Amino acid sequence: MPFREGPLGDLKVPLTWTAAVALIVAAVIAVAFLLADRRETLQDQAYGVTRQTVDVVAKPVSGAIAAPGRWTGLGLDYVRSYFFTASENRRLKTELAEMRQWRDRALALQDQNERYKSLMGLRTDPPIPMAAARVVSDSRGPFANTRLADAGSERGIQVGNPVLNERGLVGRVVGVSRGVSRVLLLTDIASRTPVMIDRTNARAILTGDGGPNPKLEYLRGVDPIQQGDRVVTSGDGGVVPRGLPVGAAVKGLDGRWRVVLFADQSSIDYVRILLFKDFAQLADEKELQAKTLPPVTTEDQQTSILSIPTPALTPAAPAPTATTPPAATGAQPKPPVAKPPVATAPKPVAPKPAQPKPAAATPAPTGAPR
Amino acid sequence: MSMSGGRALNPGRWLGVPMLLCMLATVLFAAPIRIWGLQLPEPVFAMVPAFAWAMIRPSILAPFAILILGLFLDIFWGGPTGLWGLSLLVAYAMVLILRNAMTGQSRPMMWAWFAGVTGIAMAAAFLFTMLDSLAMPSLLAVFWQFLVTALLFPFAHRLVDRFEDADVRFR
Repeated sequence: MPFREGPLGDLKVPLTWTAAVALIVAAVIAVAFLLADRRETLQDQAYGVTRQTVDVVAKPVSGAIAAPGRWTGLGLDYVRSYFFTASENRRLKTELAEMRQWRDRALALQDQNERYKSLMGLRTDPPIPMAAARVVSDSRGPFANTRLADAGSERGIQVGNPVLNERGLVGRVVGVSRGVSRVLLLTDIASRTPVMIDRTNARAILTGDGGPNPKLEYLRGVDPIQQGDRVVTSGDGGVVPRGLPVGAAVKGLDGRWRVVLFADQSSIDYVRILLFKDFAQLADEKELQAKTLPPVTTEDQQTSILSIPTPALTPAAPAPTATTPPAATGAQPKPPVAKPPVATAPKPVAPKPAQPKPAAATPAPTGAPR
Repeated sequence: MSMSGGRALNPGRWLGVPMLLCMLATVLFAAPIRIWGLQLPEPVFAMVPAFAWAMIRPSILAPFAILILGLFLDIFWGGPTGLWGLSLLVAYAMVLILRNAMTGQSRPMMWAWFAGVTGIAMAAAFLFTMLDSLAMPSLLAVFWQFLVTALLFPFAHRLVDRFEDADVRFR
């Protein structure tokens, strides 16, 4: 039964006032939503079920809408390559000749780098697996800069994973659903990325502001940056791995240092999502989760490291300086002995700085520095 | 199409259809298309109904429809939830207050009013973003979005024209 034919049909309500009340109620709801939003925390919990559902629905719709544009782009590329084959061939030959020199240099440097690493016993980062995805939607406004990529939790993508295209860093994943993930771009106002200037190693925080060129904030050091300096990720904080290319430094019209993103130089169709899991992937998780702790061993098996030392019997041991004879240092890997090493009493073999304490010249009774 | 004067407006026609069209246009313009290095603009299509609905008549349903539109924009664009809902409601309230002053003016003057209200909505979004993210958005990026949104006035004019005389009680 229509409302107007019912018992309340003759009820006259001042519509202007009720409309005003409705407006106020709607505004209060909007304020509550805004206050409850935790988007800027970039945490997994902040990306609610509603957003995930909308992403899952938007993926096929946006994918279908984006398809004609993608096909048109491919067609234009085909036509362009047909008409400009000769000039492109010349350009590629020149580039190839130049790149051959770089290849030889890169191979030599790689070999040198490997030798240094083995000499120093460095533990290098493990290779990071990645997942390729296609961008189906792209928001570019001043208040939100995100993209929707068509790969999600089924590919092992997690919140926080860095996203790159073939030129450089694009952003990071802030929401994951099945089959789709939301990427927060470096240009978004909520984006903060630890970076460094490649030339000087000066650290900074790349801060998005909704414009095409994010700002470099908290730059440290004296004269740390110049126009055109290459900016890469610093890896500080473990959010993104170190050394990912970000962009080139430029001085903005407002006098601030900004970054022209490398990622903007190429198409935005496809991205690579690095399945980087913080610093946790550098360690053996099984070993870290072991319930039994390794035994605590001390030099003297009879005494605990927690026991209070008796100062009268064990005077301060000398620091392992140049005065320590080679025999004493050579005995360090051996198990501790109970008898004092009388035969290895130190002798002043070289000029040394004045020792304020006479005890410093006396060897420790245990024979090894504690 | 003219409608009879005394008949109440069908909410599905003057609220539902424009709302769906706005959502569709927003999804369309979010396509990742780049031609000669240039991307598509990103106007706030929801400004069209926010302006037109307040011009047509005061309504109980319209603020909630605007809220839904704003929430859709926030979630689809990945921005803070409630940002565009609140900003559009500020614009809607402004038009509702100034409705008597705007009615019956020439088309260029109405375009100026639309641009002004769009500016208010963008300023509100700018302020709310500053409070929410504790950072200042790029003024140039805000200006570009304002510019492309202000160009949408013909759609708002068409919507007002179509339903303005539908309910003579609010003329």
